[in-house]
Amino acid sequence: MSSQTLPITHEMPREHYLNATYGIRSWLLTTDHKRIALLYLASVTFFFFIGGLFATMIRIHLLTPAGFLVTPETYNKLFTMHGVAMIFFFLIPSIPAVLGNFLVPMMIGAKDLAYPKINLLSWYIYLIGGGFVLYSFSTGGLDTGWTFYTPLSSVYSNSAVTPAVIGIFINGFSSILTGLNFIVTIHTMRAPGLTWFRLPLFVWAQYATSIIFILGTPVIAITLLLVGLERMFHLGFFNPALGGDPILFQHLFWFYSHPAVYIMILPAMGVVSEIIPTFARKPIFGYTFIAGSSIAIAVIGFVVWAHHMFLTGESVYAALAFSLLSYLVAIPSAVKVFNWTATLYKGSVSYDTPMLYALGFIGLFLIGGLTGLFLACLGLDIHIHDTYFVIAHFHYIMVGGAVMGYVGGLHFWWPKITGKLYPEFLARIAAMVLFVGFNLTFFPQFILGYLGMPRRYHMYPPEFQVLNVMSTAGASILALGYLLPMIYLTWSMRYGKVAGPNPWPATGLEWQTTSPPPTENFDVTPVVDWEPYDFDHRPDLGLTAGAGELAPSHGDD
Amino acid sequence: MHRTGELYGQFETLEQQKDTATLGMWIFLATEVLFFGGLFLIYSINRHMYSDAFGVGSNTLDLKLGGFNTVVLILSSLTMAMAVWSAQTGKKKFIPIFLILTLLLGTVFLGVKVVEYKQKFDHRLIPGQSFDISYHANHPTASDKPADIAAEKEELEKAFHADPNLNSHAQLYFSLYFGMTGLHALHMVVGAGLLLWLLKQSIAGRFTPSYNTPVEIIGLYWHFVDIVWIYLFPLLYLIERHR
Repeated sequence: MSSQTLPITHEMPREHYLNATYGIRSWLLTTDHKRIALLYLASVTFFFFIGGLFATMIRIHLLTPAGFLVTPETYNKLFTMHGVAMIFFFLIPSIPAVLGNFLVPMMIGAKDLAYPKINLLSWYIYLIGGGFVLYSFSTGGLDTGWTFYTPLSSVYSNSAVTPAVIGIFINGFSSILTGLNFIVTIHTMRAPGLTWFRLPLFVWAQYATSIIFILGTPVIAITLLLVGLERMFHLGFFNPALGGDPILFQHLFWFYSHPAVYIMILPAMGVVSEIIPTFARKPIFGYTFIAGSSIAIAVIGFVVWAHHMFLTGESVYAALAFSLLSYLVAIPSAVKVFNWTATLYKGSVSYDTPMLYALGFIGLFLIGGLTGLFLACLGLDIHIHDTYFVIAHFHYIMVGGAVMGYVGGLHFWWPKITGKLYPEFLARIAAMVLFVGFNLTFFPQFILGYLGMPRRYHMYPPEFQVLNVMSTAGASILALGYLLPMIYLTWSMRYGKVAGPNPWPATGLEWQTTSPPPTENFDVTPVVDWEPYDFDHRPDLGLTAGAGELAPSHGDD
Repeated sequence: MHRTGELYGQFETLEQQKDTATLGMWIFLATEVLFFGGLFLIYSINRHMYSDAFGVGSNTLDLKLGGFNTVVLILSSLTMAMAVWSAQTGKKKFIPIFLILTLLLGTVFLGVKVVEYKQKFDHRLIPGQSFDISYHANHPTASDKPADIAAEKEELEKAFHADPNLNSHAQLYFSLYFGMTGLHALHMVVGAGLLLWLLKQSIAGRFTPSYNTPVEIIGLYWHFVDIVWIYLFPLLYLIERHR
């Protein structure tokens, strides 16, 4: 690792954003995007634990064919609350609100986001929405599935649906405001010389994500609001008893909730696009294609929603069109994967912890993405619809993709966020534990699904037990893989070695300032006169001094 | 972030600050379009499916009140535009006057809406157990003209003949009526709150030709809310008036 070969010992800067002001008020009323990012870090981690707790109970319950932990009704609530906590309150805000909040202004050389107060407001909105959802969880729970299909959610369910939909409705505005803030910031706050095609790919990914935030989230907000109105005031929008169309709810729900998957995966792709060139020591291959493919995924993502509804009796022509359009998403996704692999080719690859996560991401995303094509295939989807195959597929995307990207990004920028290094050896072990645990948990579920085990059932035929026990065993390894980083990252905040401004070294603007950065990010507004990820023309990184090997640029080889 | 005069710390120039605020409001309005878009979609599909029920429902609305409200709202857009113009051209004394006029017109609109809602409540047109699309025709009050009641009865009879489940389907119409106008009214209330804040600032003399972004972007919001009504009025009030 290059930072170990450097003879320089670093010192923490005297004043930085963490110690500029003290006291609980200075955190709860802060408008500093970096502090707000840490507030989000704490709150999404909290929801990750809640969701993880439900997942643990699900996996324990499924150890035996008859199910051995909870009643069928409680089991329905467990998978519902797992989904709601993880999707709306962990995965969607995770990378944008934590890493995006911290990094977007720094990567573009700005002092803060365009609307610092609205940024703080969006955190409070998240907390209020989260409060409603926790109220729902603790007063009867929620048993509709995270999809809230009507008329179960609007008429028949006896669980606490109303506070849950109010909570998700409110939380939607947190996403909208974050997305709005990012788009405006990226348009108007870039440093001199930082043209669109010099932007880091993480910023491109955040931009694409923000497009989905602002155009998709209002649709789920209104849809769930209407479900709430049906429940509370007996209005009818989707109620078949009045002639309303419950399938219409599904259309509106998936119009947001399919693009929401890209809200989760796009930022993770952005993280990987930052990590790969840094640890291959060469410019990223096909910059414009990676940037453009982020936008393409966001745009195409809006026209594939009805592939969740092949079995609702939608017209065969609609199904054909949505199947074809869903295949199209594979093109920009594959563009990214091929470009990352091409970047690795002949690079001076070092296997630091963030790189392990990025490589893990590529592998798991590949499996998750390709199995997505199985599900986009009309004939095959009828066989594996609503089975564990679907569960395995989207966990490969959401956990293997999005969460790997998130944890990898945390490791990559942790020295910048805290100014400290974590124990590298332990971190590499944890990355591998996570990878093994993840695959052991979810790969058996592909087989279970293909053999016909349906999702959301509290029991299963005895012949499926071996694979289910494997999955549960994998889940406990996976849990260890999450606990380890949580422990040593927290430990490193106090006891870690001082990182210095640019430990890897990496090329982005955020590495030009001290770690941790000052409140205003840069002492003087930086001027950008280099191309992105250009290691060759950056003597300031210290690579030419023999500290680390430099790979040939494309065209040299 | 500290602020120097009118310039907030995260910006370099006032021009950048103004561009940022305006862009932000336009993006917010884009999200609002999609927010209302969900309701417009549900409206279109259900109206296509149950055009008889939607026609009957629409004809129960009071065209005079709705038309009056439309005029009121368009006038409020005019006064809002005048407030923006006053701020841009430095006519400081006019800004509060036009803002107060806008606020008054907005309040009149909401007041008329309350009268309309009350009428629907009296006629048992609130979706739920006691919803009865024929209630008014069967229970006329002294102020109703017999000829109107006879026409209404005849229309209902025809509609029930074409659609035996009229009473259910009309509830879909009224759910949309209350959902759409209710959300619109909520936006008006938010707008009124913003106007009050603007009023306070403008009386303090904060808005000058070089700094008037808040007036401008709240103006954008107000016009957007008016435009929503321009779509709601024909969709809810005018669809079956040719009968």
